[in-house]
Amino acid sequence: MKNLLFALLFLSLSASVHSIVDARLTPQRSVLEDGLVLLTSEERALPIVTFNLLIKAGSRYDPQGRQGLANLTARLLSYGTSSRTALQISETLDFIGAGLSTGCGEELATVNLTLLKKDLDVGLNLLAEILTASVFPQEEIDRQKQSVIASIRAREEEPGAVAQTKFFEALFPQSPYGRPVEGTVASVQGVDRADIAEFYKQYYRPDRAILAVVGDISHQDMMERLAQAFRSWEGKASAQEPRPSVSPGPANFIRIDKNLTQANIVIGHEGVPRGHPDYYAIQVMNYILGGGGFSSRLMDSVRNERGLAYSVYSLFDADKYVGTFQVTMQTKNESAEEAIRTAMEEIRRIREKGVSGEELQAAKDYLIGSFPLRFDTNRRLASFFTQVEFFELGLDYPERYSELIRTVRREDVLRVAQRYLQPEKLIVVMVANQEKTGLKR
Amino acid sequence: MHVVVFFFALIVQAFLVPAVRAQPYQTQEVLLENGLKVLLLENHKSPSVTFQVWYRVGSRNEEDGKSGLAHFLEHMMFKGTAKVGPEEYSRIIAKNGGRSNAFTSEDHTVYFATMSREKIGIAIELEADRMANARLDGSQFESEKKVVMEERRLRTEDNPISALAEVTGAATYMVHPYRRPVIGWMGDIQNLSREDLQRHYQSYYLPNNAFIVVVGDFSTREILAKIKSAFGKIPRGPEPPKVKVEEPPQRGERRVVLKKEAEIPFLLMYYHVPNLRDRNSFALDILSVILAGGRSSRLYQELVYHKRIASSVSADYGGVSVDPTAFSITARVMPDKEPAEVERAVDSLLERARSEPVSERELEKAKNQIEAGFIFGQDSIFGQAMRIGQYESAAGWRFLDSYLAGVRKVTAADVLKVAKQYLDPDRRTVGILIPVKEKNQ
Repeated sequence: MKNLLFALLFLSLSASVHSIVDARLTPQRSVLEDGLVLLTSEERALPIVTFNLLIKAGSRYDPQGRQGLANLTARLLSYGTSSRTALQISETLDFIGAGLSTGCGEELATVNLTLLKKDLDVGLNLLAEILTASVFPQEEIDRQKQSVIASIRAREEEPGAVAQTKFFEALFPQSPYGRPVEGTVASVQGVDRADIAEFYKQYYRPDRAILAVVGDISHQDMMERLAQAFRSWEGKASAQEPRPSVSPGPANFIRIDKNLTQANIVIGHEGVPRGHPDYYAIQVMNYILGGGGFSSRLMDSVRNERGLAYSVYSLFDADKYVGTFQVTMQTKNESAEEAIRTAMEEIRRIREKGVSGEELQAAKDYLIGSFPLRFDTNRRLASFFTQVEFFELGLDYPERYSELIRTVRREDVLRVAQRYLQPEKLIVVMVANQEKTGLKR
Repeated sequence: MHVVVFFFALIVQAFLVPAVRAQPYQTQEVLLENGLKVLLLENHKSPSVTFQVWYRVGSRNEEDGKSGLAHFLEHMMFKGTAKVGPEEYSRIIAKNGGRSNAFTSEDHTVYFATMSREKIGIAIELEADRMANARLDGSQFESEKKVVMEERRLRTEDNPISALAEVTGAATYMVHPYRRPVIGWMGDIQNLSREDLQRHYQSYYLPNNAFIVVVGDFSTREILAKIKSAFGKIPRGPEPPKVKVEEPPQRGERRVVLKKEAEIPFLLMYYHVPNLRDRNSFALDILSVILAGGRSSRLYQELVYHKRIASSVSADYGGVSVDPTAFSITARVMPDKEPAEVERAVDSLLERARSEPVSERELEKAKNQIEAGFIFGQDSIFGQAMRIGQYESAAGWRFLDSYLAGVRKVTAADVLKVAKQYLDPDRRTVGILIPVKEKNQ
C-alpha cells in the first residue's frame, strides 16, 4: 500500500516527451462549482469509461492513536450507503462486470472505477452514492477491521514488506509518514464508528478531490452527468492546511531475525519532495545508479558481475511533502555483507566520480523516449492526469518535460549525487536469518 | 551454425487491407517459409508497439533432473551474440525509449519489447539475431546460475504460498511434466550445465518452433517487411521432439501438508480438467466466476463475508494450456481459524454446485463479468498481445475469436454438468500450509 502511489508517480514522472506532444496527454480541465477538479480525455476506440478519483484523505490525517482510520474509511466506502447494503453494491457491480476499488496512501485516498459505456449511469450513481451517502454500518466496520488485522498479519510473512515498514519507522519517527497506512492491530481495534463518520464528513469533500475520466465520453457530457449525480456533494471553503514537517531519524542498522533463505535489505535515507527544483537531475542520476533496470550500475555490479541478487534497484520516491531514497535487494543470507558493501561502493563511486557523458546520454534518451509509451491504457492516462494535478505540474507539463530532462548536465548529476546521497545518514534494514549472515551484532 | 543465408518469400495467408472495416482491426496471420508464424494486430490508440517472440518450449519439455532448463536459458539469452555484447540487448532497447523483458512458463518462453513505431525495428533485428546466434557465454554461466538461484529463493523458498503451490502441483501430476516447477528444483538448477543449455537452444530455438505476436501502432505492410527481412533468412530446423505424456486418471484424493515459517494458513485445491480445446471449457470458465468472481460470488459471500473464516478466496480455470490442466480453488484462512473449517465450507459449496443448477441471474451475471473483462482487456496492447500469444501457444489464436460466443451459449445445465464431472473430490489434490515458528538453524 505504501508504495502504490509512489510507484504510480514514478511511472508517470520518470518520463518525458518527443518534440511533438501527444494530444492525448493533455486533458480538458474544469473546476466544478463545488470545487471538484475534473480532467477528461476522450478515447473512443473501446466502449469503456475509466474513473480515477483522488481525495486528500490519506493516513497522515489519522488522529493520534487512531492509526488506520483513513484506510478503514476508504475500505468501507463500498460497504453500505443510505440506499444500498454492501451486498446490493457488490451485486450491482458484478452484474455489469464493472471494477470498483478503493485504496489509501499517506496523502490520498483513491477510488478507481472501470465500466462499459452502456452502464455509465449505473456506475456514476453508485460512485456518487459512496462519496456522498456512505453510512458505515457497524457490522461492516467490524468485518473490515477484522480484515485489515488479517492483512497486517499477512504482511508479516512478506519479508520485503517487513523491511519496508521498519525502514519508514526509522526514517520518519514520530511522524504519520513513518507509520503503516493500515495502522497496527491495536490502533485498528480502537477505531469506532464515530471516528469513521467524522473522518468521512471532514475529508471526503469535492473541494479536496480530483477526478479524471478517460474513455468513450466527452468533457461536456461528463460535466452534465456529474452536475446531476453529484448535486448533493457539498464542499466548503477549506482552511489553508499547514505544510507537514518531518525530521528524519538518524543513521541506523536494524536487523530482524526470521527463518529465511535470503536477507531482504533496504538501504536509504530522506529524499526530496516532488516539487523540489533538483527533482529532475536527481531522477537522471538515480537512473544511472539503480533506477534504470538492466542499464543501471547497481544491476551491473550486484547482479551481473557478482550474481548476488535477482532484483536490485534504487529509487527516489517523491511525494507531495516528503521523499525517500531507497536501495532494495535480496540475497542469500551468507552474502548479505558483500551485497551491502557493493551497493555502498556504488553510492560512493557516483558521489566521487560522477557519470560519463555516455551514461548521461543513455539515461536522458530513455527518460525522454519512453514517456509517450507509458500511457498506453485508460487507467494509466487517468492516473497520470490526477497526479499532474495533485502535484501542480500544470497542463503543459507533457510539453515541458523533455526540456527538464534534456537540460540536465554532467555537473548537475555530480552535484545532486554529492548532495542528495548521504552515506553518513544511511539507515540499513536487514530482515534475514541473522546468524547465517555472519554479521556481528 | 546458421551461417548460410537463405531468402524466403512470404506466404500471405490472411492479409487483406480493405479501406473500411466493420470491426476496426483484426488479427492477421502470416506464415514465413521457414515455418515462423507472424500474428499482427494493429491498434493505434497509443503510439507504441509491442513485439513478442514466443518459443513453443517451456518446463513442459524438460526431463527429470533438468528442471529449470528452459527458464535458465531465458536468462542466458541476454548474454549476447557475435554482434551484441552481454546485457547489451536491454541497454539498446532502453536507450531507444523502450522496455523489454522475458518470461518462461510451462508451455512457452517469451521475449518482448515495447517501443515506438519508429524504433520497433531495433527490437525486431535484435530478436532475430538472438534466435540464431546467441552465445550463451560460458564466462557468464556460473554467475547467472547464482542469479537464478536467488530468484528461486525470492519467489519460492521464502514465499509460503508459492512454496505450497509448488508441492501441491508436484502431487497433482504423477507423470506429466506439469508436476515440475518452471523455475526448477534447487538441486537441478545447481546441476545444469552449459551443454544442457546449448542442446536446448539448438533443439527448440527455431523459426518453425516459434511465432511472433506484434500489436500496436504500426502499418502491417511495413512491419511485415521488417520482420521478413530480419527473420526470413534463419533456416528452418529439424522438428523438435514432441512431448506425449498422458497423466493417468486420478482415483482418490491426494493431500499435501507444508509446514513452514509463515503467519497464516492457506488452502489450495487442484482438480484435473481439460484445456480450452474441450467444448466444456466455456462452462468451466463460467463456473469459476460463479464460485469466486467478485464480492457477490458464492465462495466470497459464504467464506469471506458471512462466515468470516477466510480473508480471500479465488477460483481459476487454467484452460489456456497445451495439455489438460487444473481448476484451482484457494482460500487464505482468517488468522486464528482452522483450515479444516474452511475446507468444510468450500466442500459444502462445491457439493451444492454439483447438485443443483445455478440461477439464470447468476449465469447472466457471470457472462456479463466475462464479457466486460474481455473488453477491458483490449485496453492494453501488451495485454492483447499476451492473450493472442497464450491462445496460439495452447490451441491456436482463432479460438479467441469464438470465445465470447462460446461463453454466451453456456446453459445452467452445462455448468451443473461440468461441476459434477470435474469437481470430483476423488480427482483432486488438496494442499494446506501450516505456519510454524521454527528456531533458526
